[in-house]
Amino acid sequence: MNSRTRAALPGFGVTMGYTLLYLSLIVLIPLSALFLKAATMDWNDFYDTITSRRVQAAYRLTFGASLIAALINTFFGALVAWSIVRYRFVGRQLLDAIIDLPFAMPTAVSGIALMAIYGPTGLIGKNLIPFGIKTAISPLGIVIALTFIGLPFVVRTLQPALEELDGEAEQAAASLGASRWQTFCRVIVPSLLPSLLTGFTLAFARALGEYGSVIFVAGNIPMKTEIASLLIISKLDDADVPGAAAIAVVMLVSTLVILLLVQGIQWWSQRVTGRA
Amino acid sequence: MSLNAKRLKRETTDPWWVRAIIISLSIAFVALMLVLPLGVVFFEAFRKGVSVYLAAFQDRNAIRAITMTCLAAGIAVPLNLVFGIAASWAIAKFNFRGKGLLIALIDLPFAISPVISGLVYILVFGMQGWLGKWLEGYGIQVIFAVPGIVLATIFVTFPFVARELIPLMQEQGSEEEWAAISLGANGFQTFWRVTLPNIKWGVLYGVLLCNARAMGEFGAVSVVSSNIRGGTNTLPLHIDALYNDYNSVAAFAMASILASLGVITLIGKTLLERKLEQESNSSLESPTTEGTS
Repeated sequence: MNSRTRAALPGFGVTMGYTLLYLSLIVLIPLSALFLKAATMDWNDFYDTITSRRVQAAYRLTFGASLIAALINTFFGALVAWSIVRYRFVGRQLLDAIIDLPFAMPTAVSGIALMAIYGPTGLIGKNLIPFGIKTAISPLGIVIALTFIGLPFVVRTLQPALEELDGEAEQAAASLGASRWQTFCRVIVPSLLPSLLTGFTLAFARALGEYGSVIFVAGNIPMKTEIASLLIISKLDDADVPGAAAIAVVMLVSTLVILLLVQGIQWWSQRVTGRA
Repeated sequence: MSLNAKRLKRETTDPWWVRAIIISLSIAFVALMLVLPLGVVFFEAFRKGVSVYLAAFQDRNAIRAITMTCLAAGIAVPLNLVFGIAASWAIAKFNFRGKGLLIALIDLPFAISPVISGLVYILVFGMQGWLGKWLEGYGIQVIFAVPGIVLATIFVTFPFVARELIPLMQEQGSEEEWAAISLGANGFQTFWRVTLPNIKWGVLYGVLLCNARAMGEFGAVSVVSSNIRGGTNTLPLHIDALYNDYNSVAAFAMASILASLGVITLIGKTLLERKLEQESNSSLESPTTEGTS
């Protein structure tokens, strides 16, 4: 539209200037403070901080629990998305609407609610303790909280892809003699793979940074159930600001790399399928 | 022919038992993971009766926490709304280099952990930070005070309005704005009379989500708040404090306000999505109709 030779719409200078100013003040300058803080640290201090046993245990727990939660969400998220897009049943629209609850419910509220369910005296938690299963104050509790917050990412990423898969390719496969199972494995799964991967990665990235819902159910025992975000806060409480910055930089860079991976997946799937 | 069609239909729809299993598993999972936690909030809040529930709101600290939450959202949402409109105007109506990068940078706060979002302001305004000492000389305290809470809230809700409006305005193009300008309207009139009516549902949608997050943010504000009760506690921080004091009913009573806000947000979101879909369908020539089988 702008290729036509006429004067541009008004307001570019003002809106662009304000956008850049506000973006710099609120996001870019404070964020650069984090990297500069980490950069002014002595390399050995930085390395010692992020490789200390307690920090390593927190990283392992955070990444491990996030990975398991994202896998659970990918499986159930695919089922839920498939139900909503492909089937018609009573309560389908309600199911569709309620998927976004983790986006709308504050994390502190989710945290105490999950504790009331899975805690030692909770509805489900107390019934599982006799079987030796601790659903809170344990890594399992962390996985449950991260599953709660990650579900919408998988469902909302898969839904448009499933809608686009409007059955024509499946009909073609069936008319060529493929069984339903063959169609599922050879036609449906491959075309959903990029969205499945994207949804999984988004849920994983979100889980890495989660704080509010986790700290209530985790119990926060150092070396055992202490996540990286909490460790940042305990470093701040000890007035160890550089230490907090060092842990944060590693988490932030990991998340950004993972999200770049999502971009890569989308770019790759567009190239493979030739879609715009 | 009809035999063939029947066979095709059978081969492309799932057998009833597959459908039954998938639907039941989906509903069971969502009921267990999402509906149960929501229900538990209200169950626990009213566990000891309505009077105990209402008594939780008689507390001075509760009132201050509610006020603080409204104040933080009341500043963060309008600021991010103005930014969202300015950014989407610049990005959707003009061509320039680095547009993709700019959009990615606007989305950046979504990728950052809430705790890190609070931490960055400590690094700028804290006592060990860039400006902390200098501001203290003027008697201004940002961290462990109201400005820090507001800044952290602005940061975590930064992209909401912009990311809603940018694709919407890009889709709508600039034809109507051109028409207004060529008829002699100035830039502000064009925006107010032409653009705004076209994007009003998108604006509302962005504001709704922005407000829900602003009122519910916990991690970022907990880093920059002093955790002094009644001082700089927002509602989520107050819930945390009450819960740690084993005052479960009061904690869940406070949580029930935020959970209700969440439910209202979900309902509003669903209605607005329908509205936005209708408008984009009516502006397109051939709306894609969904199959109903």
